[in-house]
Amino acid sequence: MYTLPRNLKLFSIVLIVLGLAGIIFGFLTTPKTIDDVKKIMAEQEGHHGDAHHTAGHGDGQTANFVDEARGQEGYSQNAMKHATDLNPEGHGATSHEEHVLHQLQTRPWSATFVAAFFFMMIALGVLVFYAIQFASQAGWSPVLYRIMEGITSYLLPGSIIVFLIVVFAGTHFYPWQDQDLVANDKILQDKAGYLNFPFFIIRGVIYLLGWNIYRYFSRRNSLAQADANNYDAYRKNFKASVFFLIFFLLTEATMAWDWFMSLTPHWYSTLFAWYIFATMFVSAITVIALVTIYLKSRGLIPFVSDKHLHDLAKYMFAFSIFWTYLWFSQFMLIWYANIPEEVTYFIIRIQEYKVLFFGMLILNFVFPILVLMNSDYKRVPWFVVIAAVFILVGHYIDVFLLVMPSTVGHNWYFGIPEVAAILFFLGLFILVVGTGLGKVSLRPKNDPFIKESENYHF
Amino acid sequence: MAATKIYAIYKDDDLLMQAVKQTRSANYHISEVFTPFPVHGLDHAVGIAPTRIAITAFLYGLVGLSVAVAMMNFMMIQDWPQNIGGKPSFTFYQNMPAFIPIMFELTVFFAGHLMVITFYMRSKLWPFKKAENPDPRTTDDHFLMEVDAENHDLEMLTKFLYDTGASEISLIEKEEDH
Repeated sequence: MYTLPRNLKLFSIVLIVLGLAGIIFGFLTTPKTIDDVKKIMAEQEGHHGDAHHTAGHGDGQTANFVDEARGQEGYSQNAMKHATDLNPEGHGATSHEEHVLHQLQTRPWSATFVAAFFFMMIALGVLVFYAIQFASQAGWSPVLYRIMEGITSYLLPGSIIVFLIVVFAGTHFYPWQDQDLVANDKILQDKAGYLNFPFFIIRGVIYLLGWNIYRYFSRRNSLAQADANNYDAYRKNFKASVFFLIFFLLTEATMAWDWFMSLTPHWYSTLFAWYIFATMFVSAITVIALVTIYLKSRGLIPFVSDKHLHDLAKYMFAFSIFWTYLWFSQFMLIWYANIPEEVTYFIIRIQEYKVLFFGMLILNFVFPILVLMNSDYKRVPWFVVIAAVFILVGHYIDVFLLVMPSTVGHNWYFGIPEVAAILFFLGLFILVVGTGLGKVSLRPKNDPFIKESENYHF
Repeated sequence: MAATKIYAIYKDDDLLMQAVKQTRSANYHISEVFTPFPVHGLDHAVGIAPTRIAITAFLYGLVGLSVAVAMMNFMMIQDWPQNIGGKPSFTFYQNMPAFIPIMFELTVFFAGHLMVITFYMRSKLWPFKKAENPDPRTTDDHFLMEVDAENHDLEMLTKFLYDTGASEISLIEKEEDH
């Protein structure tokens, strides 16, 4: 039985309080009027008045990375000119200043959403991993069931917060919610059958209900199995898991379209849902490994051997490559086809977020592949922890890059709202998961595969 | 030079595993084991050094990657640049996204094939090689353990092996070709 240590509990509460203060600060300090924006822009002009003029988007720069890589002068500028998603006109703003105002007002929403979704997707990904273990009747993993259930206890608060953010984020976050914009936009009118506010909320409610109901019943059945002398509870869990996986794969795709792809409602990519899933899944497995190492170091789970850690590290390794594969597949098709509506998505990310964009590839692909390639290293806890830190930071940046370029554009900055949001949700995550782990014994008694799992050897 | 060996035959893989462990702990030397299928953990029990094929696989992968880069740089950039879909074709890095699938494929191709060839060479396998298998039943459902019998009391060793569960034991004078 695990109890969240007092120090850790205090630490998480401090994080929550600090984070909450920072988030509120972020919301309160956004500019309210166009005059405020003009003042900010004048200040920026004063700082580096030589390169930028008010046209923004890096139009003034003659040599930039995209043009250079394309071997074509003025390429990115031409492409961006046609991108209504990312241009002032696209958001129905009357002037450039108003556009910047909207972007700055959206920034605290975006910062909170990125961190909220990052921690929610970890809980959701663990729930999917858990369902896969049941549906495939895996023999190696039952010793980890209580750990996974502990992490998924964050799903309920996490998903509710994410849902509230996407519902209240407003028209500058999701441009298709702006009726004036839709009235002048043929593409958005065609999409209105799916992208409309009531249906958007209904879908969100369905996702939340489906995921949380499965989490509630699977946890209840799993606990009931510990006191049972037959396998009825296990069989119920098997069926529930199979249906949940079907439900999840459908709702995950629409969730990715709803919450991320509709940030730029003209742009679409058919790979997008899988790509979000890869991010979710690799972060989730990484967190399972981290929590396992933590509990193991406290001597609470003697029945988990380094073989289990080895398998988790293999999954981290494999899904890091899987993520890269999907990322690259999406990138290469868009790069190769070079259709103006599509390339703008990557042009803004490469131009305005170059370090993050390429740094993310190193963190999410090169480091995990080098650190975790050797079979023996996968059993060394501190090696796995190093790889886990790379992967988690990398995938936070990944979510950051999904949201920020679309909502805040080139007015992004990694400041108080972003850091505070991470602190708040990290604190909440530690508190909820720590409490969730502590409720019952960490050894799932009477599971049909527990014996096999404890003797797991390869 | 002739070597004296004892062939002990077992009918079950669990029994074999147990016998291997007992034989080793009694300080007899097992020179070879023949089984109809890979027995899990047997290599560790017999005391064979862990395989180094993973290291060779990594190195072969690097060779494949280098070959891919050199090949495409020569063909597509230096020797005969082509305009494919308006893509820039005058430097390697401008065109790299299109090359990555080939870099990946050749890495896997080199690692896979060279690893298999290395494995054949290392286990001295080649076409038309005569099987070294001492007893054809080890390709069906019997397990054979080959124990060095030199410098040992044969009677004691035989009795010991029967006690480990061997169903047949035979003494062999083996011509060794080294």
